[in-house]
Amino acid sequence: MARVLIRGGRVIDPAVDRDEMADVLIEDGHVVAVDAALDARDAEVVDASGCWVTPGFIDLHAHLREPGQEYKEDIASGGSAGAAGGFTSICCMANTDPVNDDPAVTEYILDRARHDSPVKILPIAAATKGLEGRVMTEMAALVEAGAVAFSDDGRTIMDSDMQRRVLEYSKMVGRPVSVHAEDLTLVRDGVVNEGPVSTRLGLPGNPSAAETINVSRDIHLAEITGGHLHIGHVSTAGAVALIREARVRGIHVTGEVTPHHLALTDAETMGYDTNTKMAPPLRSAADVAACIGGLADGTLDAIATDHAPHAVHEKEVEFTEAPPGVLGLETALPVVLGLVRDRHLSEAQLIASLTCNAARVFHLETGRLTRGAPGDVAVIDPERRWTYDPTKGYSKSRNSPWAGQEMIGRVVTTLVDGQVVYHVDRGVLRP
Amino acid sequence: MMGRGLLGIEDLGREDIELILDTADHMKEIGERDVKKVPTLRGRTIINLFFEPSTRTRTSFEIAGKRLSADVVNFSPSDSSLSKSESILDTAKTLDAMDPDAVVVRHRVAGVPKRIADVLDAPVINAGDGAHEHPTQALLDLMTVVENKGRIDGLTVTIVGDIAHSRVARSNVYAFTKMGAEVRVAGPPTMMPVEVECLGVKAFTSLREALDGADVVMALRIQRERLAGSMLPSVREYSASFGIDRAKLRFAKDDAIVMHPGPVNRGVELSHDLTDHRPSVILDQVRNGVAMRMAVLYLLAGRKRSRTEEAS
Amino acid sequence: MATDPPHPAPDGARPSAGGSAHPGEPGRPGERVAPAGVVLDDPAIQRALMRISHELLERTEDMRALYLVGIPNGGVPLARRIARNLQSIADLEVPVGVLDTTLYRDDLVSSGARPRLRRTEMPSAVDEHVVVLVDDVASTGRTIRAAMDALMDFGRPRAVQVVALVDRGHRELPIKIDYVGKNIATARGDLVKLRVSGETDAETLEMVLLRGEEGASA
Repeated sequence: MARVLIRGGRVIDPAVDRDEMADVLIEDGHVVAVDAALDARDAEVVDASGCWVTPGFIDLHAHLREPGQEYKEDIASGGSAGAAGGFTSICCMANTDPVNDDPAVTEYILDRARHDSPVKILPIAAATKGLEGRVMTEMAALVEAGAVAFSDDGRTIMDSDMQRRVLEYSKMVGRPVSVHAEDLTLVRDGVVNEGPVSTRLGLPGNPSAAETINVSRDIHLAEITGGHLHIGHVSTAGAVALIREARVRGIHVTGEVTPHHLALTDAETMGYDTNTKMAPPLRSAADVAACIGGLADGTLDAIATDHAPHAVHEKEVEFTEAPPGVLGLETALPVVLGLVRDRHLSEAQLIASLTCNAARVFHLETGRLTRGAPGDVAVIDPERRWTYDPTKGYSKSRNSPWAGQEMIGRVVTTLVDGQVVYHVDRGVLRP
Repeated sequence: MMGRGLLGIEDLGREDIELILDTADHMKEIGERDVKKVPTLRGRTIINLFFEPSTRTRTSFEIAGKRLSADVVNFSPSDSSLSKSESILDTAKTLDAMDPDAVVVRHRVAGVPKRIADVLDAPVINAGDGAHEHPTQALLDLMTVVENKGRIDGLTVTIVGDIAHSRVARSNVYAFTKMGAEVRVAGPPTMMPVEVECLGVKAFTSLREALDGADVVMALRIQRERLAGSMLPSVREYSASFGIDRAKLRFAKDDAIVMHPGPVNRGVELSHDLTDHRPSVILDQVRNGVAMRMAVLYLLAGRKRSRTEEAS
Repeated sequence: MATDPPHPAPDGARPSAGGSAHPGEPGRPGERVAPAGVVLDDPAIQRALMRISHELLERTEDMRALYLVGIPNGGVPLARRIARNLQSIADLEVPVGVLDTTLYRDDLVSSGARPRLRRTEMPSAVDEHVVVLVDDVASTGRTIRAAMDALMDFGRPRAVQVVALVDRGHRELPIKIDYVGKNIATARGDLVKLRVSGETDAETLEMVLLRGEEGASA
């Protein structure tokens, strides 16, 4: 019976409304007790004094690039990056090569995860074969193989009838459909938010309407089908308003937002740095405020990183040619902690959006520290200052808008199933 | 201002612009001599790094450099990072290792000169980047207007055309507003940048209103690819609505001048006879282009470089 | 005439190292330097220019070939005065040009400076003329050298002569001044400049010497 005691921290477990000084005792990989002054006999002690102790974070949206693009990232490096960022479960998107549209690929991913990843990897399978938007994937078989959700992320299903069928069919397997909601015909070749910034930069603009139109369409389709629609990386005030209103009407729609859409505006792109190019793009200050508001009032359920590694040589090209996307796993916590410091969110709200809310959206067993739950824990020092240097991080890639910046708040220890997989002074540890 | 280079008019102050105009004025006189050459940049190397082909601008820079006795080298790599074996930044760094005194960059995509300037020691001059800026064009346009009108302050300048995709429009908007003119932009709504008023201009979809009382009428080139597409239904409609001819010019002031960055699509942006005769000052613009580029090269190239100083 | 922002001029302000003075020129080591202040007032300048004008007429065989060229800024009003003198003495219409030498300077790169350019106006061709370069203060000789290079790009004068209202010595190049208003011994750090006030062609002129540090900040 391997015992681990996480001692002396402030336990924040929004799933059960807990926020108090307590110890957490884990036995054989599961939480057995959360209480003050627990008995440390025979237990490995993790000192959490001065820190928060929370359920390990769950990322509903990350790109781990394996199979096929291992030069940018793979399950080992992505998993390690997650561990360093406090993520104990990472849902990886299907736009790999080959696309995860077949149980064989899903099994491959899970197999690699078992061998190489310090944290749990949960595959999201494609909604349509090859992400081509024409033929639905075998959802039942994919769920059987281990897929937790479906998404064509990377692309949008532009054919509305196809999107309707996907949502409809997904009901059979009870899994959410996570969408990259952008009307591609409006996006065209847009690379930055359409507005004063795109006008000044002289770059083609991507209008907010591209997102709101597609979100609106998908919400209507969710309404008529009853499927569970999950909107990926919400970035506009319009989309937040639509989701809020849909929830009032009882439609089964959930949403996620990235740390960069909560912290950065399109003004960041003024220097043409391709590490500020994302899809959807960084938006206006009003959009950022609306996303923060959406998180605060529960319209947006979860924070998801959309961790999107790209090689240096891929990003160091003309702005219009660079692939969109930035890293997120290792910087998520300090970036979103800023929302608590600026009093937009309470600590509990923040942790909920990274843990129990995310778990609820994807029907996952973890995300809480109740008796019997998996021993997936993050220990956080909310005041710790450090400088983020992507060249020294775990990700194979370096494309981050926060490179070289001082961060406040850091995950100091991560446990998965009761095993310490990461410690800030010792790095990622293989069990 | 001009420590690092010339990436755009947006970064310049009014004083910077006045200095450049004054210098260009003097450079113009050299072009009027028999021996159109001064030894000022002798032994200096200027590289024209034109990723986007352009005979006019490149030749203008080449002549400008040669009139200052500089050695001018033309380097025209193929168009995009994707079709080459070497990335843009690698190309720039390779050239930088050859110690040029100035690098003139033109590229199809906005922001490339800035990215190059970030990694280069040598000063970078933007010869046009996507729809972003074309600073030497705006400066020579200012110079041409001053020559014809005596001043910029208080003038009404109307720019007509595909404003959304035009770097000439953006640079001129910045240049003329900084020098005290009232700037108007006119064109089809599909070709007007979103929230263009944020640049300090008034936008018009009626050419007549835009021209009312204008001192300067600047017509921009319409790219063929954009005609008969989703932006514009046809050439015919564009030239009927926004093409400038003598009849439409009557809405402007009697002594209004007509400008165009060239080359002109005759009959589209400007009528045939307006292209060739007064009040069009297009050839003045070209002449001033060499003088203006001489001024920019004089002010930027050949300054003491700390690296070489330490070596010697 | 200090209309430019301050910039190092090759001759007037800071003659650099070297300068073994030629015989007949001021600036020999050990020589006593002139005191600071006005070295030539307006009447004195008038007299000097009149004398130079007479000398010009005396020494030039074909007076009608004369072409005065003023080097900005100070040389310009002086050249115009000489032209007026020649007109009144000998009823001669001598063309007056203005030749900016900035782009021909040999110190632009080493100093890194980018001084403001000044007007160049050459009303007629220089070919076959006796060009008389006119400068206010001659020192190292570099300005005159630059002026000659510039002149050669305009054509082929029959001859070139040099007028300087003041020669303050510290020559660094083998340049001789043919007509001097006054020789003044100065220290290297001194600044000698022509002050011009009033309307064009009716100016009041004054040559002043500023010592050392005052000169540097003037």
